[in-house]
Amino acid sequence: MMIKYLIQKEFLQIRRNVFLPKLIIMFPIVIMCVMPWVMQMEVKNIVVDVVDIDHTVESQRLVQQIAASNYFIFGGQKATYAEAMKDIEKGRADVILEIRGGKYLIAANAVNGTKGSMGSAYLSQIIRPTPQPLPVMEGSGYSQGQQVSAPSLTGRAGGGSLLLYNKGQNYKLYMIPALFAIVMMLMTGFLPTLNIVGEKEAGTIEQINVTPVSKWSFILAKLIPYWLIALFVITVCLLLAWFVYGITPAGPVWLIYVLAMLLALFFSSFGLIVSNYSDTMQQAMFVMWFFVVSIMLLSGLFTPTRSMPQWAYLTTYINPMHYFIDAIRTVFIRGGGLHETAHQVLALAGIGTLMGCWAVQSYKKNS
Amino acid sequence: MKQFIAFVIKEAKHILRDKRTMLILFGMPVVMMLLFGFAITTDVKNVRTVVVTSEMSPRTQQAVERLAQSEYFVITQTVNTPQEAERLIRSQKADMSLTPSPGLTPNPSPRGEGNLKGEGSSNLQWQIMVDGSDPNMAQQWTTYAQSILSQPVDGKHYSLPSPFKFPSLFGEGLGVRPGLGVRLLYNPQMKSAYNFVPAIMGMLLMLICAMMTSISIVREKEKGTMEILLVSPVKPLMVIIAKAVPYLVLAFAILITILLMARFVLGVPLAGSLFWILAVSTLYILLALSLGLLISNVAQTQLVALLLSAMVLLMPVVMLSGMLFPVESMPQVLQWLAAVVPPRYYIEAMRKLMIMGVGIGEVAREVAVLTGMTVVLLAIALKKFDVRLK
Repeated sequence: MMIKYLIQKEFLQIRRNVFLPKLIIMFPIVIMCVMPWVMQMEVKNIVVDVVDIDHTVESQRLVQQIAASNYFIFGGQKATYAEAMKDIEKGRADVILEIRGGKYLIAANAVNGTKGSMGSAYLSQIIRPTPQPLPVMEGSGYSQGQQVSAPSLTGRAGGGSLLLYNKGQNYKLYMIPALFAIVMMLMTGFLPTLNIVGEKEAGTIEQINVTPVSKWSFILAKLIPYWLIALFVITVCLLLAWFVYGITPAGPVWLIYVLAMLLALFFSSFGLIVSNYSDTMQQAMFVMWFFVVSIMLLSGLFTPTRSMPQWAYLTTYINPMHYFIDAIRTVFIRGGGLHETAHQVLALAGIGTLMGCWAVQSYKKNS
Repeated sequence: MKQFIAFVIKEAKHILRDKRTMLILFGMPVVMMLLFGFAITTDVKNVRTVVVTSEMSPRTQQAVERLAQSEYFVITQTVNTPQEAERLIRSQKADMSLTPSPGLTPNPSPRGEGNLKGEGSSNLQWQIMVDGSDPNMAQQWTTYAQSILSQPVDGKHYSLPSPFKFPSLFGEGLGVRPGLGVRLLYNPQMKSAYNFVPAIMGMLLMLICAMMTSISIVREKEKGTMEILLVSPVKPLMVIIAKAVPYLVLAFAILITILLMARFVLGVPLAGSLFWILAVSTLYILLALSLGLLISNVAQTQLVALLLSAMVLLMPVVMLSGMLFPVESMPQVLQWLAAVVPPRYYIEAMRKLMIMGVGIGEVAREVAVLTGMTVVLLAIALKKFDVRLK
């Protein structure tokens, strides 16, 4: 029953630290309360400068429509195109609309490609001529209706389209599982990374090394506290998603816990491996940080993995975060159960176990 | 002065001795630039599509083939019922399903002009069912699919459906009106690297500098060597500056590496004056170093310093800097919060200087804010530096 005392020691070490308990409690709460508001991919508040040479009724109508639209902020009338360009260069405007001789020119700042093109697409809808008939594009939605709206799925004329699962097109619903993943990753990844190497730097590891504690129980005693922390973190996240955003999982809750624990197994083991191989805390942190950011960006949390080039897509086969995010979105949003996520659960369990064994193997009692 | 130089050399030796950290310091930016430049895109590609039909009529076949030919869609399989398709989408084996309902309803086009484009699929109705978990992507997939499916079958060529790229959908040809021209400034091919490279520079420089410097002072405190430094004839201020100098040089080397990668590997333009790009970056590096020093002075242990600079700092830098999510779309309160995140101004300035190629006058505001922040952070860092140990 050595392991019981070892775990107790780990917890005492965490508790005596002035910073760690605060971090463990506050970090998930702050992230869950703030970040869902940030993670909106909507294109909004595009500033449009109008260069109106014609001064016709038609151009007046346009200006009014721009000002009335949700997507645009009217940036003001400019006398010349060059003057409007100055605004773009200063970052005060995103799109220029020039009206000259009945012709329209939209010039959009496309450094951010999505914003530039969406902005000009919305704007060209406003410019749509009302009087004369126009060639209708099949089922495009852009040519129907008088109100200017974003190309929305609901109410689109022509061949119907059915949006499954996230009917309200709520971006928070899509991003909250991603936040679970990020919080879990940071909490169970960074803390163990500094653990063993910290003991190495402080010299206390020597004392453990001369005791008859086996490698297995030593590493397990290091891992278990982080799994308990993970359990706490995921509970806090689920409760906050429910209380603050009114979002509850569509699938079984126990499966979310299973997934979270498997992810915690991977990241805590990985952190310990990095810790085992490092000489200084700084080194360990750099290595871990590099992996964390790469794993996060290549997992499909923010961008679709299927759009990656082939070589990058191959990495998703060994990226546990990719399996986790696929599975948790299936459970959380699509309402899938174990049957739908069996593949991901198995993959996560496999990678996690492998990492756990490696963590034990890489720990050397003799230096 | 001689003392100071000796001190700088001592600090540099500390850093250079650790070969593994040095390797990581230079390897990391290179790998991350590659990842960001090539792998992280928001393009629509390889959307897994199932076709729901018991038998394929030639017309359906043609439309489906056209879809499969585009790089946007991959037809994974054919199933018999929509329920099966829904199951496939739920278990993440497909993203979208198509159900043809041929010839039942005439074209609902109010003026009937749709038929001008030839028979073909124009009077074929498609029911599209799409995984809506990610609203943005779902929207784009449907639009792409619809615009491919609606093109005439007998057309010799079909323009690639890129609804948000011009001029295929809104330009002349299919256009909204003849007199409408669209110009995409600075980034006509809409490469995401143009947007991401300045952002990754902002993130890497900030975090690497902060992580490097954050432990510089606290390590001496923890190891007990700080006392020796404090009783040495070198002034405390000099101790701090001497610690920052090697990191400044190192960060500058990383900056050059990043810029070379951006220009020659990722093909991102350096349109503006190189001098000003370097100058603003140096200012930003100073800011990041000051932040690192501040963390180092406040933190009592290396553990705290590293967690603060790597974990706590990572979230605002990635989320609130306008790197992935546009600041203008956030609620007002968060926009205020984002206003104090330094990378935001640096990324903005770099987008303007590197991609748009404007003069320094246009980024005066960003430079002013960055300067202000540097002064404030440095002042606090110096003030917090205890010359006496407890």
